[in-house]
Amino acid sequence: MSEPAAAPARLELRGITKRFPGVIANSEVSFAVGPGEIHALLGENGAGKSTLVKIIYGVLHADEGELIWQGEPVRIADPKAARRLGIGMVFQHFSLFEAMTVLENVALGVDDVTDLGTLAAKIEQVSKAYGLPLDPRREVHTLSVGERQRIEIVRCLLQSPKLLIMDEPTSVLTPQEVERLFETLRILAQEGCSILYISHKLHEIKALCDRATILRGGKVVGTCDPKAETARSMAQQMIGAELRTPARRAGTVAGQARLAVRGLSLPAEGPFGTSLKDIGFEVRAGEIFGIAGVAGNGQAELFQALSGERPAATADAIRLDDRPVGRVGAGGRRAQGLCAVPEERNGHAAVPDMSLIDNVVLSARQRKALVTRGFILAGRARAFAETVIKAFDVRTPGPTAAARSLSGGNLQKFVVGREVLQAPAVLIAAQPTWGVDAGAAVAIHQALLDLAAGGAAILVISQDLDELLVLTDRLAVINGGALSPPLPTAGASLDQIGLLMGGLHGMAEHVPAHGSAVADVA
Amino acid sequence: MSLRIEPRTEQSRTLLYLTPLLAVALTVVCGFFIFLFMGYDPQASLYHFFVSPLLTLYGLSELAVKAGPLIMIAVGLALGFRAGIWNIGAEGQLTMGAIAGGGVALLFWEQQGAWILPLMALAGILGGMAYAAIPAFLKTKFDVNEILTSLMLTYVATLFLSILVYGPWRDPAGFNFPQSRMFSEWELLPIILEGTRLHLGFPIAVLIAIAAWVVLTKTVVGFELRVVGQAPQAAAYAGFHRNRVVWLCLLASGGLAGLAGLFEIAGPIGQLIPTLTPGYGFTAIIVAFLGRLHPIGIIFAGLMMALSYIGGENAQVEVGLPQAITGVFQGLLLFILLATDFLTRYRIRFTAPAREARPA
Repeated sequence: MSEPAAAPARLELRGITKRFPGVIANSEVSFAVGPGEIHALLGENGAGKSTLVKIIYGVLHADEGELIWQGEPVRIADPKAARRLGIGMVFQHFSLFEAMTVLENVALGVDDVTDLGTLAAKIEQVSKAYGLPLDPRREVHTLSVGERQRIEIVRCLLQSPKLLIMDEPTSVLTPQEVERLFETLRILAQEGCSILYISHKLHEIKALCDRATILRGGKVVGTCDPKAETARSMAQQMIGAELRTPARRAGTVAGQARLAVRGLSLPAEGPFGTSLKDIGFEVRAGEIFGIAGVAGNGQAELFQALSGERPAATADAIRLDDRPVGRVGAGGRRAQGLCAVPEERNGHAAVPDMSLIDNVVLSARQRKALVTRGFILAGRARAFAETVIKAFDVRTPGPTAAARSLSGGNLQKFVVGREVLQAPAVLIAAQPTWGVDAGAAVAIHQALLDLAAGGAAILVISQDLDELLVLTDRLAVINGGALSPPLPTAGASLDQIGLLMGGLHGMAEHVPAHGSAVADVA
Repeated sequence: MSLRIEPRTEQSRTLLYLTPLLAVALTVVCGFFIFLFMGYDPQASLYHFFVSPLLTLYGLSELAVKAGPLIMIAVGLALGFRAGIWNIGAEGQLTMGAIAGGGVALLFWEQQGAWILPLMALAGILGGMAYAAIPAFLKTKFDVNEILTSLMLTYVATLFLSILVYGPWRDPAGFNFPQSRMFSEWELLPIILEGTRLHLGFPIAVLIAIAAWVVLTKTVVGFELRVVGQAPQAAAYAGFHRNRVVWLCLLASGGLAGLAGLFEIAGPIGQLIPTLTPGYGFTAIIVAFLGRLHPIGIIFAGLMMALSYIGGENAQVEVGLPQAITGVFQGLLLFILLATDFLTRYRIRFTAPAREARPA
């Protein structure tokens, strides 16, 4: 694979194998990233991508195999050692302190801080040079997700990395922000920095990457030039099977309004929450309604308000099949036909340490009659868990397995299956395919489409525009806790939605936060 | 060879049940050296601490007398601990239960009837519940930390008891000793084993533990407690209410502590005195964890901790060990238990460095 060229590869992996109890996460993985190359690492969830990059970044250690850094075999003991070599990483989930300023957050992540004044100047310089506008004095909680990501990137760039690892960087960005990020990455590559880019969005990989290594089941199954491939052909290599496209029903939806929201307002919870402002929309029988938006614009609050976890101020704010349910709690709404799939699988949609049997009791106990007189009917619960596992092809040793032992995609299929098989009148799904592999995403989308075809009203809250464009009949954009008027999906343009998503966020000039905080840290 | 600590992907059930035993064993080993360094014969000390109390019927009955309240309180606490509600004021709730039940006893003093004892028990439960209701109210209404409130209220309760027995409830024929009248015939728990102090408290405690096990594993309420404790967000999603659980757990643990207090005064003590227990309400916290917050495990843990009380007294008499040794052993046990708990979440592996990526 790596021909004996004059210049050694920036990083080469030779036969990397990593075992966890019961699974082999990586088996004999070998590939090389050249200097200035943007290299994609493609694979389903559970294919071993994260393990592999954690090994490169020194978070984990390989059981076998070696890492060759610019021609020299190296042992990367910890992330600090990785940074010393010149490896930077931007994680999918940021590790930022909300109540601190940009500068303070950067200082915490940089190994050799001399003084904060110099650091601030350096941040401004780097952010200017790479088109990453960032004010070092702003407090993190006032920033959009895109801006937060910039902090992480700038933090890496300050160490002038030779290899930058980006883990699913675009899943939280607006289309415009993605374009901006790509420009930054291209500049970096031109300067000779190698980039290892992990994503499941195939068209992005086509647009950005020079080469792609495809992982499946912990093994390298192929290397390709993404520009010469189609998204479909790469997806098929990734899952190793023919990719189904969700079957879309034709025609317009003109059913009864099953979910009607009117004048829904909710104060923010805590200093970092978003308040909901006069939200109104309707979802009709058979319709899939989408809510787009950049994370942190009120999606979590809207989900809680609709699922019943936080009741609304008035009963009339939310009507379910024309019954006012605004003051009814989560259990009561579910009994009346409103089921929900929360964004966070572990700890919200499911209890990680409990079995799948217990986890069906969690949300299906009323609609599937899993309890009687306060006692749990263990047999019925097990049977329903098995039905979900079977119908949604959940890969698990059995219904007694703990929820946390399932991979993200499998647990999501289980959660979606658990709600869909309760035959709800209205289903609220937040990020139904977040961090889920392509195969599982198709299965989940198909389940939602089938449910809508059966006459249910479905609301999908998602940051993934592609998903909304494929799935929904109409969509609206949430920004700063307010909802835009709905647009028919068929007529909506990406630019139009992107601008609505950007809204005020990231565009308006903010007053710099009190700059005295700078001195406090020093 | 290098030593590495890595998190376990799955908790080992075997280890989960094995670590309490390991902790007990390590405590004994530590005790051996403590005795040695204190200049006592370690073998004889350990024998009188852990073995000789178990060799007589009287010793065994005393074990049950002391284990009863520990089990009863620990079961209640474990329900709360499972739900993430940290009532550590069981000692105070016990005291208030004893005061309420003892008040009933003094009110109906020298009256006859099988109804008096149940009425006292009811008053004991309600007294403990009412006292636990204070932290519950403060937590649900103002989000005040129940650890602080329940702990601080303990001292209020013991002082309140002192006021009563030094003042209005003092035995008029008691030579000014700070104690109430001795309870009369119908106000005392029946002895179930001739010649010992073993009363109904122990079998009732075991029944309560079994009932709690059923509630915890088979009912929606038990499921609700576990979900609230493990994943509060999932509990809200499931339609469970945290405040309801807070009330439930504090009332249950307060009520059981109150009942345990009543059983102490209607059992071995037979009257109200300023100090009712050697700290059962606090020891029960150790019992709850030693029993893995599992009601059945708590039965065994309660017996173990009861042994530490009796063994401590026995070793005092036989070998002349200081009284503080009981507290040292109990503290040591909890400490080691928490340390060995580490093993259920992490594994220690010996690895050869050569197996890792080659050194630079």
